[in-house]
Amino acid sequence: MTSPIPASSSSTSIRDLIRHNQNQKTFRKTLETYIPRVLFLLASLSVFTTVGILIILMTETIEFFKAVPIIEFFTGTVLKPLSQTPEYGILPLVMGTLVSSGIAILVAGPIGLMAAIYLSEYASKRVRSILKPALELLAGVPTIVYGFFAFTFVTPLLRQWIPSLEATNILSPGLVMGVMIIPMIASLSEDAMRSVPEAMREGSAALGATKLETAVKVVVPAALSGIIASFVLGISRALGETMIVTIASGSSKNFTFDITESMQTMTAYIVEVTSGDAAAGSTVYYSLYAVAMTLFATTLLMNLLAGKIARKFREVY
Amino acid sequence: MLHTQQPTSPTRTRYRLLADRSAKLLFGAAALFGIGIMGILLVRIISEGLNWLSLDFLTGRFSTAPEKAGIMGAVLGTFWLLAVVVPVTMVVGIGSAVYLELYSKNGRIRTFIQTNIGNLAGVPSIVYGILGLTVFVRALGFGSVVLAGGLTLSLLILPIVIVAAQEALRSVPSQLGDASYALGGSKWQTIQSVILPVALPAILTGAILALSRAIGETAPLVVLGIPALLIPFPGGILDRFTVLPMQIYYWTLDAALVADYAHLAAAASIVLLISLFILNGSAIYLRNKYSMKA
Repeated sequence: MTSPIPASSSSTSIRDLIRHNQNQKTFRKTLETYIPRVLFLLASLSVFTTVGILIILMTETIEFFKAVPIIEFFTGTVLKPLSQTPEYGILPLVMGTLVSSGIAILVAGPIGLMAAIYLSEYASKRVRSILKPALELLAGVPTIVYGFFAFTFVTPLLRQWIPSLEATNILSPGLVMGVMIIPMIASLSEDAMRSVPEAMREGSAALGATKLETAVKVVVPAALSGIIASFVLGISRALGETMIVTIASGSSKNFTFDITESMQTMTAYIVEVTSGDAAAGSTVYYSLYAVAMTLFATTLLMNLLAGKIARKFREVY
Repeated sequence: MLHTQQPTSPTRTRYRLLADRSAKLLFGAAALFGIGIMGILLVRIISEGLNWLSLDFLTGRFSTAPEKAGIMGAVLGTFWLLAVVVPVTMVVGIGSAVYLELYSKNGRIRTFIQTNIGNLAGVPSIVYGILGLTVFVRALGFGSVVLAGGLTLSLLILPIVIVAAQEALRSVPSQLGDASYALGGSKWQTIQSVILPVALPAILTGAILALSRAIGETAPLVVLGIPALLIPFPGGILDRFTVLPMQIYYWTLDAALVADYAHLAAAASIVLLISLFILNGSAIYLRNKYSMKA
């Protein structure tokens, strides 16, 4: 690639030689200039993804609000998109989403936290080296399999104790979603607890505290920001979960607190509309974007909140 | 008033130790709870589906008749999907990570992209489905084909791949790069022949975990309109296709109509779970082995 050294090479100094080589436009030098630019483009793809999501959701949501007043959408308790006189109130979906996520966090919060305490404070190195990968495998179970499990096993099982439980209900997918997010909460909370300095545990033990007292009165309070952040992330994950609720909770747009009934979540509504034959451009079609926008905004806020909690209240050791 | 601490009585000590011991049991049970549920799930799916798992089932085409139905189409669909997802996520994922870790000098742009990636990782998968439906299926006119599904799933798992690759690059000792520079290596030469080869095992581990997420993903594909009733096998990235999770979804939904569909869904779940456990297990094993060495 390098061109021959100038004819008067015998009289050129090394410095001239270096300067000469530096001025050469070699393939390698072109590569060195263009590689960072190409890589920058690749890295900015993630920004384009976000911008794409925002533009698509916003433009179509605005179209929707031309047909349905925004107040009606956010305060309506009736959702009947396919009826002769369609009504578009999002509150039934909000209720379904909140109830299922609420049940999930009631299951996953305490169990995940206790599992995290066990892993971080009690478990021997050997036990942890088995339990942690097992929890990771649990996190790798696809949600469709959880959905199948909720629908064909958990619901029939629950019906033996709660006879009034409907074949599709919000309780069973809520419980199963709880199981699904246990690994996430356990793992994030454990990370937070393990970052508490050993000296604090030793100090507590030196005062005669048992492991339980140390865990509850020293380690958990010190790691509280990380623990709360893991709960918020877990809720956010449950809000966006789709297949479990779609399969096991059906599509009744009930505005109720009765967890034995079928309720539809925002995600399940999106699935229902996209798998139906809603013509592009119809109000039903646009409603899907308005619901997706609401879901996107909610989960984004929760994730930002989790990040803020983890940063702001973190004890710096 | 002088407040003095009561000397600890033997009964109180005994009570505290008992509480500690019971707490250990309780917390241990909590740690095992999820794994226990997974055990029940596995037993349940195996007992429902094992009898239906045969060579004919694995190699058969999709059929509405339960005893004839097979999953070969879905398996081929998954391979074609990976033919799109693997190259796209590896090139974009590693490229982004190299830029963020080794090239970007401007702290603000770096923080902006980094924050953005963090937020994308928390976006529900169904929202990616809507993005894919609007952009790939409708605006670009691909239809519900492998390419549309592959690009959508690529966008979904990219944040995971980028973060994993970044961590891998960060764990490469800086002396290695310095040595390359000292020998006159240029920046890209150093990255290409010194840093990337060292980071590669860890990058691949992260990528495998991300890919298994893509293989098990259902929601975005439902939104894209990927069918489950697909008779012809896909033969390229512009063909219509289906994947195992989609077949499990439709079989589960229609189990109310045809009772045997529940068995088919269970049998397909066994195949899906075995593939994912092998993928995840090998990635977790490799990572633990690798991190112990480092």
